[in-house]
Amino acid sequence: MLSKQAIAKIDRELSKYPADQRRAAVMSALRIAQVEHGWLSKEAIADVAAYLGIPDIAALEVASFYNMYELEAVGKYKLTVCTNISCMLRDAEGIVEHLEHKLGVHCGETTADGKFTLREGECMGACGGAPLLLINNHEMREFLTPEKVDVMLEELN
Amino acid sequence: MLKIEIDGKEIEAKAGTTIIEVADREGIPIPRFCYHKKLTVAANCRMCLVQIEKFGKPLPACATPVTDGMKIFTRSEFAVKAQKSVMEFLLINHPLDCPICDQGGECELQDIAVGYGGGASRYTEEKRVVLNKNIGSLISTDMTRCIQCTRCVRFLKEVGGMMELGMVGRGEHAEITAYVDKSVDSELSGNIIDLCPVGALTSKPFRYSARTWELTRRQGIAPHDGLGSPIEYHIKDNKVMRVLPREEEGVNECWISDRDRFSYEALSSPERLTKPMIKDHGNWVETDWQTALEFAASRIKAVVSNNSQELGVLVSPQSTMEEGYLAKKLAQGLNCGNVDHRLRQVDFTLDGKHLGTPWLGCTIADFAEIERVLVVGSNLRNEHPLLTHRLRHAVKNGAEVSLINALDDDPLMPIANKLIEVPSELVSLLAQVLKALVDLPKITRKLPDALDLSKIKPTASAQKIAESLAGFGQRVCVLEPRAGVFLGNMAQHHPRYAEIYSLAQTIATLSGASFGVLSEAANSVGANLADVLPEADALNARTMLEETRKAYLLVNVEPELDCHNAHLATAAMAKAECVVALTAFKSEALRDADVLLPIAPFSETSGTFMSMEGRVQAFAAAVKPLGECRPAWKVLRVLGNLLGVSGFDFDSSEQVSREMLNGKDAANCLNNQLSELPPINLQAASGSALQRVGEILLYQSDAIVRRAVPLQKTKHGGVLSAAMHGEQLKKLGLSAGAEVKLSQGNGSSHFKVSQDDRVPVGCVRLPAALKESVALGDLFGEIKLEAAR
Amino acid sequence: MSGSFNQVCFRTVGLPNPASLKTYRSVGGYEVLKRIITEKIPAAEIIAEIKLSGLRGRGGAGFPTGLKWTFMPRNYDGEKYLVCNSDEGEPGTFKDRDILRYNPHQIIEGMAIGAYTMGVKTAYNYIHGEIWAEYEIFERALDEARVAGLLGDNILGTDFTFNLYAHHGYGAYICGEETALIESIEGKKGQPRFKPPFPATYGVFGKPSTINNTETFASVPYILQHGGQNFLDLGVANSGGTKLFSISGHVEKPCNVEVNMGMPFPELLALAGGVWKGRKLKAVIPGGSSVPVVPADIMMQCTMDYDSIVKVGGSMLGAGSVIVMDETTDMVKTLDRLSYFYYEESCGQCTPCREGTGWLWRVVRRIAEGKGRMEDLDLLTDVSNNISGRTICALGDAAATPVLSFIKHFRPEFEYYIEHGRSMLKA
Ligand SMILES: Cc1cc2nc3c(=O)[nH]c(=O)nc-3n(C[C@H](O)[C@H](O)[C@H](O)COP(=O)(O)O)c2cc1C
Ligand code: SF4
Ligand code: FES
Repeated sequence: MLSKQAIAKIDRELSKYPADQRRAAVMSALRIAQVEHGWLSKEAIADVAAYLGIPDIAALEVASFYNMYELEAVGKYKLTVCTNISCMLRDAEGIVEHLEHKLGVHCGETTADGKFTLREGECMGACGGAPLLLINNHEMREFLTPEKVDVMLEELN
Repeated sequence: MLKIEIDGKEIEAKAGTTIIEVADREGIPIPRFCYHKKLTVAANCRMCLVQIEKFGKPLPACATPVTDGMKIFTRSEFAVKAQKSVMEFLLINHPLDCPICDQGGECELQDIAVGYGGGASRYTEEKRVVLNKNIGSLISTDMTRCIQCTRCVRFLKEVGGMMELGMVGRGEHAEITAYVDKSVDSELSGNIIDLCPVGALTSKPFRYSARTWELTRRQGIAPHDGLGSPIEYHIKDNKVMRVLPREEEGVNECWISDRDRFSYEALSSPERLTKPMIKDHGNWVETDWQTALEFAASRIKAVVSNNSQELGVLVSPQSTMEEGYLAKKLAQGLNCGNVDHRLRQVDFTLDGKHLGTPWLGCTIADFAEIERVLVVGSNLRNEHPLLTHRLRHAVKNGAEVSLINALDDDPLMPIANKLIEVPSELVSLLAQVLKALVDLPKITRKLPDALDLSKIKPTASAQKIAESLAGFGQRVCVLEPRAGVFLGNMAQHHPRYAEIYSLAQTIATLSGASFGVLSEAANSVGANLADVLPEADALNARTMLEETRKAYLLVNVEPELDCHNAHLATAAMAKAECVVALTAFKSEALRDADVLLPIAPFSETSGTFMSMEGRVQAFAAAVKPLGECRPAWKVLRVLGNLLGVSGFDFDSSEQVSREMLNGKDAANCLNNQLSELPPINLQAASGSALQRVGEILLYQSDAIVRRAVPLQKTKHGGVLSAAMHGEQLKKLGLSAGAEVKLSQGNGSSHFKVSQDDRVPVGCVRLPAALKESVALGDLFGEIKLEAAR
Repeated sequence: MSGSFNQVCFRTVGLPNPASLKTYRSVGGYEVLKRIITEKIPAAEIIAEIKLSGLRGRGGAGFPTGLKWTFMPRNYDGEKYLVCNSDEGEPGTFKDRDILRYNPHQIIEGMAIGAYTMGVKTAYNYIHGEIWAEYEIFERALDEARVAGLLGDNILGTDFTFNLYAHHGYGAYICGEETALIESIEGKKGQPRFKPPFPATYGVFGKPSTINNTETFASVPYILQHGGQNFLDLGVANSGGTKLFSISGHVEKPCNVEVNMGMPFPELLALAGGVWKGRKLKAVIPGGSSVPVVPADIMMQCTMDYDSIVKVGGSMLGAGSVIVMDETTDMVKTLDRLSYFYYEESCGQCTPCREGTGWLWRVVRRIAEGKGRMEDLDLLTDVSNNISGRTICALGDAAATPVLSFIKHFRPEFEYYIEHGRSMLKA
């Protein structure tokens, strides 16, 4: 079920679009639901669809199309490291390896304590700050070095 | 008109048309997968790429509009190279195992690949594998074969009216699926089997039962609703293996409903009656035709020789015109006028007042073009699955649809106005619309004198419906107002059908709309035309049961399921001295019969159906009758002979038909006008008693559908509960799942209640034509509810 | 060095609190808008000025903006929409992010002027999924503008009404393509539409719409403030004005700079501190990952404008995203990464791209894993050519381009991989 706060946020998004275009708010509604639950269960997607009055499969199409939605549970912190060209040229691979080593998981996996999920990502439009990563989609850390990664992990732990 | 050139051929084309439309019209082949003339253009498969002069890139013929002077090359080296490359891409991830694929032999991919494929594959990487989905009992999936053309997705959204499939994921991982493990529930779902160009979606009942090249094709007419869809039987070893639509733009376009597609499964039901049977001291025994027929004739004779009025003849509106005609002729020969096919009708006040055979009032093609329409008393999707799509299509083109009904089921299209009230209010609702209409300044025609509407106060919604019909809405077509008022099955079953009919007709007349009846069964119109109706002063389908006859002749009828009042029908059959049933099935509903004569169902006999638009469609038997079954017209002929009735020497159903029509042009007999208006009671309906809304579910409409197992396994397969509005439940202190006792007249049964807010407060929605509800009575009217003990 | 920096879109960069309305006003922000709407400057005049400026779309294709604005139907009653494309996802591109971050009000003003010119009342700015902080900055700027009466009904007491909303993406490169972006605003998957119809007739919610890049919109207030000629003169023939260049990869100081069009590439490279670690330049992708790669010697002869990069460099200016690769760069591995990107980002609707991008990547990956075959190189070229020009949108071409250009310019490196199963750089 969507919380009251989530509904209020979704309503604010809905106000951006014509009244007969509730569907347009599905991306933000899914995002809001995901921020609330950490990921999008099939029930959460169906709830969003029901609230917007669109077929659930239409909401699933969207949730499965965009990279930043999680259709399975992830750790408390999802770390998405950009490995696209500009980051790659500045050794994003080294950052990934360092993280894999530190967390003891491979890319795509979640640590046993459910704290961290490690991901590789595509270009985040911030190549000037390479190498970089995103924490839970919304917080970017740039100019990474193994040392900075260690500090970040400390901070999150 | 534009002038274009395709492959050197000069062609005229209308502005706004696409290259593929012009090419198709001209018979110039262009390969395609995603394009379908009845669906929106997706242009995603890229198979239809063609060369256009002065363009450096090949363009998709399906999405490129023609322009004046355009020169198109569909088979130039440039075009073919593009087409071949697309073909190669399509095949890299497609299994190349045609011999084990169910689509083999009728696969568009296979067909086109033969023309385009380059020998060995250059793709040596691993192929994609896609998990299969379970989308229900009708359609089988093999998703690895899918080429993402999205025809199925578009069909369900655009024609079916509800997005039930989608393409989730993206890129190479994109796959077609329903939401999690939902099934596809559209009543038109089977069409995606035909649409799928590869073997990703195939027929589950048909799956692996035959290869297409082993199948013989025969033509037929779908035997269920009044649309009269032309179908094609695919036959192997004298067995119908599957049913497909034949294309008839004016009727079914290129679709058929699932009911018409999958009902053939009942043809091989274990309940098929293949030998005549006689009841001997309460036990059924098989016998030979001679014995059975003589027995039947002697029993009937015993009753009629005493009093010819003691016979009642009930004929299914699903029977052919010939069968109906002979049943009537037989009764007449025996001096009896008690014949009827309107098994679920209760109000016969209009008998004798019709100036012709009631029908749709326009062609189906016109129906699809309608701009303002009022449908009264119809659960559209259940009653007329494919016709409903025509309405949906009209709405897409801007039509305004208004509904007056006792159920608020979603017809899957935007509805402009609706009035949903308890059934007893229908007459009053129509009177309100009529009153509002009369008061519109634009309406100049006057009301019939007999109608005094001075006390009627239209509600805002009634007002809106009137305004919509009169063309006050957004789309006003002044020159050629295309409006229509139509009565659905529920209206026809309503206890005040006559009043509903005449009010609706008056509304139509005043607003310049056409008026018609959405006829219930495949041959409702035909049976009317063939006069399968009671003689003046004789008994009709209702009174034949109320005033129990000593003998009944049933043609294709399961009384407790097909008649308006199950309880009454059961009692009547139990009490009769003699019941002779011509039936295709051994039916529990025929337990009180004395003799069962196995007749050939629709695929095994020749005959004629007349559709709701008055289309007379004769058909031949597609397969030989099963076992010892015989066409019903032959059985009736012999019965006629045995009963000593003259004029029963027919050699073919065509002969019957010729005599029946007697040179008449069927089209001239169609007429919805009445010779006089029946009295209309505008007193507000009183009483707060709970009312039954007795609908006929999609797959309970007739004896055949009821035995089509794959249809019964769908969501529409009739799970019975007594459904009520949430408020009504609260009022009664009930919660969903509770058990109650419902009674009508002398009959009662126990049911679980469920909540359904589409049912007006004051009603119980309780379907008929199900064995669980046969203890109950009329489809509409009072129903008593008590807590179950 | 020619010209000055940060003159147009980056006007507020370096000032305290650059994203604030106050700062923007301090550089003359919203003055033009005010003049235009109070004096009711005719739309034709505005368009003429934009045309004169030589402003070309900064989203990559370089389509003349003034001309695009004339495509909107004028006497259309009903909604029309304006859309800003801030879905910057092209690898190597990060300029729009900085405009959002440092100068959001200039985007708002540019869009308001565009809306006034094209008779639009409602607009959206579609912001790339991964830059949430900038989305929030933009939302804040919108709030500020609303409070200040610069957005909403009767702006600045005139009869001009304009509403602008931010729409946040959530991770799909394809949504940078204008019709995919429209679908995405409508709440659908970002699958490009077949054109025609073009957005100007059938855009957002099926209504006439115009889409421009963030930088394009941000250039508009300057042009109308200082005149089209002024802007034109900042640049060179066919490439008017300034341009933001995103310089990333093997440079000392990856950065965004706004310079005049036509700057020689070596100067631009120097602005980013030159090739890092004192290494030699090997190659440059001058306009984002979708344009052909250019070997160092050729690149060094280019100036940074539309024509030179095409004629001299054999590539494209694209979005001005300069990806620098030094001598240690493994071109096979680099292509592997790029091909994976297009495979991963293909929307999946049309056959050549859905099937072809995966095919390309798998073959490149195989070569990079040392399992290549010599005929793979021709196969890659052929498959690329079979994708190019046969898809619904240009992502298909974008996927083919790196493959074709990498093989064209660095074929020996690929051949070495195939023959020896490893990189020649490690030899
Ligand atoms: C695959 C693909 C990705 C694109 N990505 C972007 C983008 O991130 N930002 C952008 O402004 N334009 C992008 N474009 C170009 C847009 O389709 C469009 O041409 C542009 O936004 C128009 O604005 P402009 O005329 O101001 O450049 C992309 C095009 C394609 C084919
Ligand atoms: S080219 Fe690729 S991204 Fe563009 S529409 Fe086709 S599949 Fe989608
Ligand atoms: S038929 Fe034209 S692209 Fe599929």
